[in-house]
Amino acid sequence: MDFELSEDQVALQEAMRAFGENRCSSETLHELAEAGGPTRQLWQELAEMGVFGLCLPEEQGGAGLGWVEAMVVFEELGRSLVPGPLAATFLAAQHLPEAASGAAVVTMLDAAARPVMVEHPDLADTLAVIDGETVRIVDWSAGGPSQTSESFDDNATSLDPLTPVIRLSEEEFASRLEASSALDGEAEEWRMRGAALVAAQQLGIAAGATASAVTYAQERKQFDKPIGQFQAVKHLCSDMLTSVEVARAAVYFAGALLDDPAFGDTERAVSVARLMASEAANLCGRNCVQIHGGMGYTWEMDAHLYLKRAWVLDMTLAPPEEHADVVAGSLN
Amino acid sequence: MELRYTADEAAFRDELVEWLQNVLPSIDPPPDRHDWQARRAYDCAWQKMLYDAGYAGINWPKEYGGRGATPTEHLIFLEETTKLGAPYVGMNFVGLLHAGPTLIVEATDEQKQRYLPPILQGEEVWCQGFSEPNAGSDLASIQTRAIRDGDDYVVSGQKIWTSFGHAADFCELLVRTDTESPKHRGITWLTCPMDISGITVRPIRTIVGSEEFCEVFFDEVRVPAANRIGPENDGWRVAMVTFSFERGTAFISEQLTAMEQTAELAELAKKITRGSTTAWEDASLRKEIGRLAAHLDALWALTLRNVSQAQRTGVPGPGGSVFKLAFSSAKTKLCDLAAQLEGRAGLEMRGDDDPTGGDFTAQRLYTLSLSIAAGTSQIQRNIIGERILGLPKER
Repeated sequence: MDFELSEDQVALQEAMRAFGENRCSSETLHELAEAGGPTRQLWQELAEMGVFGLCLPEEQGGAGLGWVEAMVVFEELGRSLVPGPLAATFLAAQHLPEAASGAAVVTMLDAAARPVMVEHPDLADTLAVIDGETVRIVDWSAGGPSQTSESFDDNATSLDPLTPVIRLSEEEFASRLEASSALDGEAEEWRMRGAALVAAQQLGIAAGATASAVTYAQERKQFDKPIGQFQAVKHLCSDMLTSVEVARAAVYFAGALLDDPAFGDTERAVSVARLMASEAANLCGRNCVQIHGGMGYTWEMDAHLYLKRAWVLDMTLAPPEEHADVVAGSLN
Repeated sequence: MELRYTADEAAFRDELVEWLQNVLPSIDPPPDRHDWQARRAYDCAWQKMLYDAGYAGINWPKEYGGRGATPTEHLIFLEETTKLGAPYVGMNFVGLLHAGPTLIVEATDEQKQRYLPPILQGEEVWCQGFSEPNAGSDLASIQTRAIRDGDDYVVSGQKIWTSFGHAADFCELLVRTDTESPKHRGITWLTCPMDISGITVRPIRTIVGSEEFCEVFFDEVRVPAANRIGPENDGWRVAMVTFSFERGTAFISEQLTAMEQTAELAELAKKITRGSTTAWEDASLRKEIGRLAAHLDALWALTLRNVSQAQRTGVPGPGGSVFKLAFSSAKTKLCDLAAQLEGRAGLEMRGDDDPTGGDFTAQRLYTLSLSIAAGTSQIQRNIIGERILGLPKER
């Protein structure tokens, strides 16, 4: 038994961290936020890094790696706040070569969720709708919703400036679904794997927010001391790290079970990861704003970006509350 | 990363389980928790059985009579003994997990030969004399004085929170041998026999109602200088060696029990009726139980990480502080939920304050000690903030 990352896994982690630091610096993120979200250029670079094809077999152009590696990669994407429908494109890459290659940006939503909100409507080429036992694949680029959707409110802005959204009317949603193709029987796997990817991303957000808060607590001085010297602030930071370590153990464990289901209850482990990562991302996002004080409440700092992405991911596929019920149901 | 156990680890587990299944049916139920002499006899008899079967000192090196098991094997040992309901280490805790490992590193050959075999064979019980009324979180400020007089140290002062003090044979004792130097540099580590003249042991009644700890008073107690472990005034370093033996395994038994209890809570909720439905049908309560189970599952994964880290590096990471902080709050949540479910049935206790026992009310009280003993949660947060995150020290 060895529940530590291997050398190759650490190398992958370092490569992804370097990518995030270079391509999604704080400055770049703020520029993208002003410009309305991620770009196709960034998407292409992510595909070239092998992000979307990570778990695809090598003969399909993938890296042939496992779910622990996927957890490591998505943790880093979360840490660097890399924007875009990352989990949806990753999941779609199992079926659509154009998603793996980065040529198609795939966004997703749960058919039952109301209102119908589509993330990244301008960037996306494809909409995956998880509907009962089926995943419906909609050619999103075939019709611009912003022109046709009656319920679209020009004055609305998105919660997360790096996750633009659009609201679809019921009629529009229904008409879009009519023209879809179906991946039958795939929905359950998308839900479970999607939850694991979201958990890894939220873990990364929690870790990134912790690092940001700790750096600030070391630099910012009040009463002639770095504020991190005061226990009131120090203990907020310690609670952040604790939540991150607990979430990381849960996320890696879920990844290991996705790779080796014989070792335990995979569904339960994924739900545990989702719950722990959500708790960590919420706590760390909030504490990061708090530790930055007044500056934390400003647009120019990154603190709000961590918290807002944490909230966006909380509302991706089944919310954490439902996963609490999954875990409860598995107790016997 | 590999969650599966190696062939050697699996063989270790199989052999252990077979042995446990053979011997456990012949073991009596544990004695009354307030009968210290009976508990001592019970814990020591179990220790002797472990010794005879080759499981004593599971984590001690082979050359000193231990099993020389890896951290993962230690985990397996604790996992299986807990699952199969074997006796807990009990009164042999300090000897096996604190004093013994410290002696192995710091004692002379003669001292090792004197002290180690009786610990392994369950013949001598140890207690800890570290904390004092005025030296809790600030342990280095201990005041119990030891003055050299010929071949003896003459010890006077008071220790507190000494578990098993009234049943122990020896005490791992920190004393002040130099009052002039900075506080960390005037401390000495002694082994003190508990039956010598001048020692008074007074049990402390805890909030659970039982007597788990003692105060120990030293009135000009003559401890032979030959009982000094390590150099004079070097006891703080020796004490740090004692603390470094924690390999992320200290709470394994308790956490497995907490996981089982969470499943019991779910069963309890299904039986408790509220009007025409059961408590389990209350979605918010059910989700709270689900969240608690998730925390405990995640903490089990964290234990696997901490043990893996100890196995790879030989040194446990500071993950122990993270674990303890998170486990204290999960266990608190467990007991609060149990109280909510039991309702007025929780107004009585069945007197069992054993951390691995089953009375939720007693455990709810016992759990208050988790965020205090062995470094309060506030101290753990300082350790995490300063040693892991690198925030500036307050002092």
